[in-house]
Amino acid sequence: MRHGRILKDGVATAVAIDPNSQQDMTSAQWLPATTGTVFGIALNDKTLYAGLEAAFNDKPYVTPPTRPVLHIKTPNTHIGYGAAIPAPADGTTIYAGPSLGIVIGKRATRVSEAEALEFVGGYTVVNEVSLAETSFYRPAVKAKCRDGFCPIGPWMVDAADVANPNALSIVTSVNGEKTHATNTDQLRYGVAELVSYLSSFMTLEAGDLIIAGTPERRPSLALKAGDRVSIDIEAVGVLENPVVNEATLGTNQA
Amino acid sequence: MKRARILVNGELTNVTVNDNLDAVLADGTVIAQADADWQPPCDGKIFVLAINYADHAAELSFKAPDEPLVFLKGPNALLGHNKNTYRPDNVAYMHYECELVAVIGKTAKNVSREDAMSYIGGYTVGNDYAIRDYLENYYRPNLRVKSRDTCTPVGPYIVDAADVADPHNLTLRTWINGELKQEGSTKDLVFNIPYLVEYLSNIMTLEPGDMIFTGTPEGLADVKPGDEIVTEVEGVGRLVNYMISESDYLKSIGHPSAPQEA
Repeated sequence: MRHGRILKDGVATAVAIDPNSQQDMTSAQWLPATTGTVFGIALNDKTLYAGLEAAFNDKPYVTPPTRPVLHIKTPNTHIGYGAAIPAPADGTTIYAGPSLGIVIGKRATRVSEAEALEFVGGYTVVNEVSLAETSFYRPAVKAKCRDGFCPIGPWMVDAADVANPNALSIVTSVNGEKTHATNTDQLRYGVAELVSYLSSFMTLEAGDLIIAGTPERRPSLALKAGDRVSIDIEAVGVLENPVVNEATLGTNQA
Repeated sequence: MKRARILVNGELTNVTVNDNLDAVLADGTVIAQADADWQPPCDGKIFVLAINYADHAAELSFKAPDEPLVFLKGPNALLGHNKNTYRPDNVAYMHYECELVAVIGKTAKNVSREDAMSYIGGYTVGNDYAIRDYLENYYRPNLRVKSRDTCTPVGPYIVDAADVADPHNLTLRTWINGELKQEGSTKDLVFNIPYLVEYLSNIMTLEPGDMIFTGTPEGLADVKPGDEIVTEVEGVGRLVNYMISESDYLKSIGHPSAPQEA
């Protein structure tokens, strides 16, 4: 079963969707599929990591990372299917970040890798949008926490409906043209390892989300105002969002 | 006015805090400070400034940064007043960091420095513990150092911004077991509160309840199980917490990995 959240008469409403029925995506206003804390994992793509490996022995890194590298996507970044991703008004390039999203199903404190999958409620599609990643030394708040920089959805698919989360194809298209393909088998740390590691020092709550890992931000993932970006993850769903110039959205300033 | 949140019969409850620092329920019932189950006083994004005091930067052998060095914590890290936090077993250096916390009062986006202070709803005290053994040079300071469960006491309450005459001239002090260990002043902030509100609100929308931990001055010291740690910001509050061992912590939450009694 698929579990989405839509805005119905101004109220966030949970909806269960039968995957065998045809879903009209345009009839609803989709909200982010999850409501909890969102953790991202950097440097978790094998090719991206291999390309940087030599630099990890130089300053400022000095030694390669010994653990998954974590960041947080703040709530202002979370948007649903179809909502606009605001591109900076000054034209700074932004990049799609196609990733499997791991949704926590029940509270997890210090769970082992062997038991970790019992704590996964399901999976969703995440577009972990970012400015260019020029360094991994300092926290990437400026690059990753702009409003609308984390589409999540359209829904969560029950974990039971995804046979092997560590072998799912991920295809990114921009304006209907396929620009990038990867697979969750390209992740350095898999689903169980990530859930276990995060829970080793942070209690994960039901509804929390782990963005499993994004590939290198190549030109094929670059986005600009006017584009439509879609990310298709096998057995999970297709997450599509338009990109708009933030200047056309106005601000929330009181 | 001072506002806090406590658990009453297991329910998160908004209270005010009187001059004796006791909690007062909406119906006037007073719950003594020592008896109240203090919770973090708000929910929101948790921003923390690293090396935002020049003296502390020198202590850590850093040059003060050219722009604010901001990191984020998860809500799992927060802990209320008068509670236990734990020191992981087998670490060499875990230290407190006494900080003034500015709490956002209304939605803020692209706010100028000149207007920034009107977006601050109030202030509270934070203790941004760090476990230095876990530092790695990737998104430093990394979450394992700074976002562990219970490692960020905050509170006991939020003081309304109107009741703090000058947030940039407040003394910060930390005591371990009654011994003064850290003393500094918010007048030495590298990036002050209006600068930080402008900086952050130019990146993203800030919402009521978002917290900006403004950084800590010099005077760090190791903490050990059994210690009582008091962090105080003049005119804002006095935040107490107690250090316990990791095994006692696991027992306290009933975790199956806790050492079994013989």
